[in-house]
Amino acid sequence: MSTEATTPKPVELVNVQIDGVWHQFPKGTRVIEACSQAGKFIPRYCYHPKLTSPGNCRMCMVELGMPKMTPDRKPELGPDGKPLHNWIPRPQISCAQDVSEGLGVRTDSSMVQEARKGVLEFLLINHPLDCPICDQAGECRLQEFSYDYGQAKTRFLDEKVKKPKRVEIGPRVTLDDERCILCTRCVRFMREVAKDDVIGIVDRGSYSSISCHPGKTLDSNYSLNTVDICPVGALTSTDFRFKMRVWFLKETKSICTSCATGCNTVISARENIVYRQTPRENNDVNQAWMCDYGRLNFHYLHSPERLLSPVVRGHEQPDWKNAIATAAAELKAVAPEQIAVIASGKMTNEELYLTAQLAKALGVKLHDIVPHTDTGDDILLSTDRNPNTAGAKLLGVSASTPGANLSAVVEGIRSGAIKALIVLGEDATLAGLTSADLTKLTVLVTTAILPNATTAAATHLLPSAAFAEKRGSMINKNGRLQRLNRAIQPPGLARDDWEILVGLTEAVTESSLGFNAIEDVVKAMTAATPALAGLSLSKIGDLGVQLPLPANE
Amino acid sequence: MAYQVPRPKLTFAEKIYLPSVIAGLKITLGHLWRMLRGKTHVCMQYPEEKWDSHLPPHYRGAPTLVSDEFGRTRCVACQLCEFICPPRAIRIKPGEIPAENKFAKVEKFPEEFQIDMIRCIYCGLCEEVCPEQAIFLKKEYAITGTSRAAMMHQKEKLIEMGGIQPGVVNKWNEKK
Amino acid sequence: MNAILHDLADPNSILFMIWTTLAKSAGLLGVVLGMVSYTVYAERRVSSLMQDRLGPNRTGFPISLLGFGLKDWSPILGGLGQPIADAVKLLLKEDFTPAYVKKFYYWIAPALGIAAAIISLAVIPFGSKIGTVDMVIANIDIGPLFIFAISSLGVYGIVLAGWSANSKYPFLGAIRSTSQLISYELALGLSVVPLFLIIGKLNLVEIVHYQVQNGWMLLPGLTAGKLPTLSQVLCWIPVLISFLVFTIAMFAETNRLPFDLPEAETELVGGYHTEYSSMKFALFFLGEYTAMITGSSLIITLFLGAWHFPGIPDGSMSGWPGVLWGLVNIGVFFTKVFAFLIFFIFIRWTLPRFRYDQLMKLGWIWLFEIALVNIFLTALIVAFVH
Repeated sequence: MSTEATTPKPVELVNVQIDGVWHQFPKGTRVIEACSQAGKFIPRYCYHPKLTSPGNCRMCMVELGMPKMTPDRKPELGPDGKPLHNWIPRPQISCAQDVSEGLGVRTDSSMVQEARKGVLEFLLINHPLDCPICDQAGECRLQEFSYDYGQAKTRFLDEKVKKPKRVEIGPRVTLDDERCILCTRCVRFMREVAKDDVIGIVDRGSYSSISCHPGKTLDSNYSLNTVDICPVGALTSTDFRFKMRVWFLKETKSICTSCATGCNTVISARENIVYRQTPRENNDVNQAWMCDYGRLNFHYLHSPERLLSPVVRGHEQPDWKNAIATAAAELKAVAPEQIAVIASGKMTNEELYLTAQLAKALGVKLHDIVPHTDTGDDILLSTDRNPNTAGAKLLGVSASTPGANLSAVVEGIRSGAIKALIVLGEDATLAGLTSADLTKLTVLVTTAILPNATTAAATHLLPSAAFAEKRGSMINKNGRLQRLNRAIQPPGLARDDWEILVGLTEAVTESSLGFNAIEDVVKAMTAATPALAGLSLSKIGDLGVQLPLPANE
Repeated sequence: MAYQVPRPKLTFAEKIYLPSVIAGLKITLGHLWRMLRGKTHVCMQYPEEKWDSHLPPHYRGAPTLVSDEFGRTRCVACQLCEFICPPRAIRIKPGEIPAENKFAKVEKFPEEFQIDMIRCIYCGLCEEVCPEQAIFLKKEYAITGTSRAAMMHQKEKLIEMGGIQPGVVNKWNEKK
Repeated sequence: MNAILHDLADPNSILFMIWTTLAKSAGLLGVVLGMVSYTVYAERRVSSLMQDRLGPNRTGFPISLLGFGLKDWSPILGGLGQPIADAVKLLLKEDFTPAYVKKFYYWIAPALGIAAAIISLAVIPFGSKIGTVDMVIANIDIGPLFIFAISSLGVYGIVLAGWSANSKYPFLGAIRSTSQLISYELALGLSVVPLFLIIGKLNLVEIVHYQVQNGWMLLPGLTAGKLPTLSQVLCWIPVLISFLVFTIAMFAETNRLPFDLPEAETELVGGYHTEYSSMKFALFFLGEYTAMITGSSLIITLFLGAWHFPGIPDGSMSGWPGVLWGLVNIGVFFTKVFAFLIFFIFIRWTLPRFRYDQLMKLGWIWLFEIALVNIFLTALIVAFVH
């Protein structure tokens, strides 16, 4: 006997027999979840743990048995001292039933197998056989369960029902009604999570189909989550449509860097090209969802404009050592009080730590990050569009109010008091400076991934890596430390930011920091920062670590 | 440890070798004589003689993309051949058929389809795995080129080599 | 001027001797070297015919370049261009000298190898006469001894090649070659002594002359146009033994299968010439085949009547008939040599290689003893007849 469910506060546990083995589950657990926890996976289409259970797909049927009662309402015990069951003669759905004391479940009896086979046959009656062109193929529940529980041949002789195909149900979602199995996950998601109840089922019987309410489109910022939860290929992402088959994709667990929420994601890439980003379940951050804005904000990774080689005073300098050495030498030639650093809230903690080290090495006192804000919502999207504002504050790169020092930088440059500027992963023109101001500087060192007004004026341009191309950690708005992972390699000669910063610092101090890998940087950073004490990239794990920090927002 | 190889005891005839020499000459000169009289069947003289007309029906030559009777290239860019190809010779870039096209129902087609004939091992798995009966190994076996680029069979070349393959299942008809 | 011209035509003058000798040398060298390349071709074609293949039948002469509607490929010319293509290839290939070789000896070894084979040709009477000129470059009285002496120098080429290459396989090949050549030279030399006992001469021209008079040594009755004498019949047995031993020893001397241990490919990569490439390798190759031709010539000369064929007169008459018959005699000689080369080829593609101990046993115990006994046997017969 094992107790699979562990809950922090003591709750009432009930005894449930699953396939002959007795387990204990907290009261209120759904039978389908209890079976999963007991290692008996129940196939399902309409059931989703984050949504309500309508019980309309009938796929999760199991045999249930109530404890046999003696006439005096006592459970009748078998020879092993456990209650006997009265099995209900028809299969029951397991997604809408909570566990109760003495409940018996059979997940794999011949009746259950027959029921599943029958349900699958009905679901497949009108389903087109177009797996070769269907984007869902490879991660399609209908395919998987047909293999596992269904039968190989169709007995259906009539013509299949024709429904609308290739419908642009929203700006980012394409609908194929013929493939739909009417599980209504999308309908419930839009109603319950996105609070934008625009889709529903129209018509009757075999002609039922998913449709948008008249005059509306599926244009919610969370519309692509319906694609994720659609168990078949009915809802597909217009952005990912026909781009790549899913079985080629290498999946890397990472986080979204488009706002301070830090939704957990999976980056899917093949041969150094990212094809899509999908949410990853993390009940402390994003449940199982993410917004369309963050999800699609990766195409710039493969922009033809990506910066590929260091540029020193207008000339390409493919020799990194040389480029970094000249940048450091020219920075050292300027007095410390004439230098300012503009860092970015998009940098990882490790990079921010190294930025602080560089500033210390140069003797620079004036540094800050550029705040980015935009309208947010009360679901996931944060108004703070810098993913690591908390990290910048913690590591002392940002002013206590991000951006407070920027006006001093602007004034210093305009008055000529500041002669050198280091801009890291930012566009200085967003900090109040103009392109004309930047030309006044004698030295402008910048790291960037795409060209902007700052890179155009830069004396030393050092191309760096984007979020999917590097490892590191970030702290979200709730003080949760999370981890970025490398899904692809940086293009051309572009380098990881931490290597550039280490190179600059070492060139300035003319001594080695002894950092050979990002882990060394993390070790130094956690040793120097009390709030991060004892942590490492591997200890952060896939789901992150909550830090004892005041909430940022 | 030295090991003494056991040697067979030889007869006198064997010791002087000459009878064996004559016996050997009899065999080789017999072959020579048969050859001179044209009685020996020697191997096929390529390129004057070729296998072409004698190739068995299951012969596996170069993979090609076939078209159906209606002029549609049967491939829908499902990329299963790309997946199964053991030497990774196949590269496909899928694309969407525009809605106004007469084959719009099929939705998907290969924008680019490339088979690297330097890599191809003629195993035929692509033909076997294809759910659309779109890729067939034809009987061309003399695939040569003077550059790497010439050995990359692009879509146009593959379609031209494939030609029209009648009599396969028409899956994308009005009933489906 | 007239005196010189007169001298040139006078058979007794020095000038006449010089130019005829030069002409004979050049002609013989040309014919033999051409023959070498086509022997290689014959070797490849014959071996392929014996093995149910076709062999090199493609390389012709690009005669279509001449125009006249000629075609390149024809069943006759197909493959005949192969030796030329091979020669061009060998000449144009990179002549690579490994860094670790002993340069001087490495360079001189191929030259030694081929020189020995070619010099031996000087005493072979390859024809009767054209007019008054003997068809032999150097008519000396110790022809066979000269040949044995010179051809044993050939081993220096092999030994130096194997040693200077500074590499194990060539070295092993050279050692094998040395011991093999020394072993079989004994049998080679001793086996022809009975012939000299019978003929009583060591001059090759005289030996041929003897055969013209009394029939070929090996086939006395068939070639003299008269019944063999009693002494010839009695001597025929030692001559046959002598022929067999001599031929076998000659195979060993020329490193031909079944005695090709010095270059046994399966054991020693390439034997003594493993480290050689391009023209230096070609010289070894040339030397080997030239030695084959020399050996065949010697066998023909000693046992099979050299240029003589029943019914064909020699070229000693004056005028054009002399020239004509002289040339025919030369033709007969080379036809015989070629036939014997074909025999060499037959043997090579029929027999497997000897084991080393078998090789030594055959040389020292069988051939050496047989040759010795044969000498006494011949001496007895000769004494009995006289």
